Amino acid sequence: MNHYPMIQTAGENCLIVYVAEQSGPDVANRIAALLPTLREVFGRYLVDVTPSYNSVLIQYDCLQIDHFQANALLRQALNQPQQSTNLAGKLVELPVFYSEQSGPDLSALAQRAGLSVQEVIDIHQAQEYRVYAIGFAPGFAYLGEVDARIAAPRLATPRKRVPKGAVAIADRQTAVYPAMSPGGWNLVGLCPTPMFNPHSEPHMPVQVGDRVRFVAISQAEFVDLGGDLSQLAGGIS
Amino acid sequence: MFVVTKPGMMSLLTDAGRFGQAGLGLTQGGPVDPFAFELANHLVGNEVPTTTLEVTLGGLQLEVRQDALISVTGAPLPLTIDGQGQPLWQSIRVKAGSLIDLGMQTAGLRTYLAVQGGFDITPAFGSTSTVLREGIGGLEGSKLKAGDKLPVGSVAAQGRLRKLPASAIPDYPQELTAHLIPAYQYEAFSATSRAIFFSSTYQVSNQADRMGYRLQGASVPCSISSMLSEGIALGAVQVPADGQPIVLLNDRQTIGGYPKLGSVLSLDCARLGQCRPGAQIQFELISLEQAHNLLMLHHARQQRMLTNLEELDE
Repeated sequence: MNHYPMIQTAGENCLIVYVAEQSGPDVANRIAALLPTLREVFGRYLVDVTPSYNSVLIQYDCLQIDHFQANALLRQALNQPQQSTNLAGKLVELPVFYSEQSGPDLSALAQRAGLSVQEVIDIHQAQEYRVYAIGFAPGFAYLGEVDARIAAPRLATPRKRVPKGAVAIADRQTAVYPAMSPGGWNLVGLCPTPMFNPHSEPHMPVQVGDRVRFVAISQAEFVDLGGDLSQLAGGIS
Repeated sequence: MFVVTKPGMMSLLTDAGRFGQAGLGLTQGGPVDPFAFELANHLVGNEVPTTTLEVTLGGLQLEVRQDALISVTGAPLPLTIDGQGQPLWQSIRVKAGSLIDLGMQTAGLRTYLAVQGGFDITPAFGSTSTVLREGIGGLEGSKLKAGDKLPVGSVAAQGRLRKLPASAIPDYPQELTAHLIPAYQYEAFSATSRAIFFSSTYQVSNQADRMGYRLQGASVPCSISSMLSEGIALGAVQVPADGQPIVLLNDRQTIGGYPKLGSVLSLDCARLGQCRPGAQIQFELISLEQAHNLLMLHHARQQRMLTNLEELDE
């Protein structure tokens, strides 16, 4: 029987703390609240912090403090009463142009679920998602949990080119591809909102702990909002 | 200013790395061989490491447009200035108009070229380190191209000529024992799996780059079939379903969901990153305390080396 929070070694200068065994909105709240406390308690000994679903990786300066001190600081941070303000994160609406042209896996998802394409689209935008983690690529936000009816495994053969802004589902996660990249998630639409902009602050519309709701838009609205239809020329293969 | 006349296979502008941005999904980047990178800087008098070039697989040629003090360290390769052979691991004066040429490495993989004052590049997310996968850092996120202009930072006083004693120059063996700190899911690997891992010799595959080194050898079985993605430390040894370990390096993904045996000591990550496909790797388990001892010893040795650089006559 493991006790949480559980602290483990992750490397010569890294500790990982598992806040709970599983992920979930409560766990996401606790992780979001822990981050500022960690920065405050570790101060200049903190090199980087990587929050994820149920864990936080803490990289410390191991030439300044050893792992006993790092462990003690981490325990101190975990024991500190967390600021309870704004834990639920902000609500961000992301517009999506759902169509079989912009979401080439919609019909396969519908078929798999025994639903119509429109029902898949309705289910995808019916709920609020939490931002559980950001990683893989700059601005790639892992959102959960997708309704079990439209959850689907990754493609057997990943696509070489997933368009920028592609809204996708893998298992019970959903995400927006911040840039054109290879990828094996099931594509259901396109979002015109830039998910990562290195030249503006903030760089991302969402951060870990925020809530996201997808809102269907038409092709014309997609273009009005700055979406790039040229990516669809020749179809998404 | 320096102008790139031949970019080589992969020459990247880099500083010490990008830290504090993992929350945005940005990886650490930075020099794969921090010792060679830091020495290159010290030899030209940059006490705080500045923007330097990491040259993988050689082939870089630069035209010098201003008098400067440079040094080249790391994996050995033929270095010429206007056709004259020059030593590595020491500072060299170059005159405006001369041509610096780096050939192909004769051992190892990555060579560093530093200039007094550093290359004057605008940082992105607090760092100039180029990460090609992210398209961030350096000059618009890409590797050097022919015609690129590299401005040199201002210099307060002319630097002195210094060299690292020959006895301190590292070698770049293609066989190494990497020290592994047990971490992450180590306990979830069976005793048999661990015995296989520590008793086998692995070969560096063709899929070996700044992101990670995929190894080939005895398959390491793991009972974990699915887990939640979590933050990845430098040197983490990830074991996917095929049981072939991957050692994750500077440009690794920030989070990942494969089980990990532990993390390789950073000093060995640097040596591994100088290995080419076909190199033979073995692993040896060390405790975290032993790892910290090795790091402290290395740090002390490097500090002593920096204060004892040989001064050269002009």
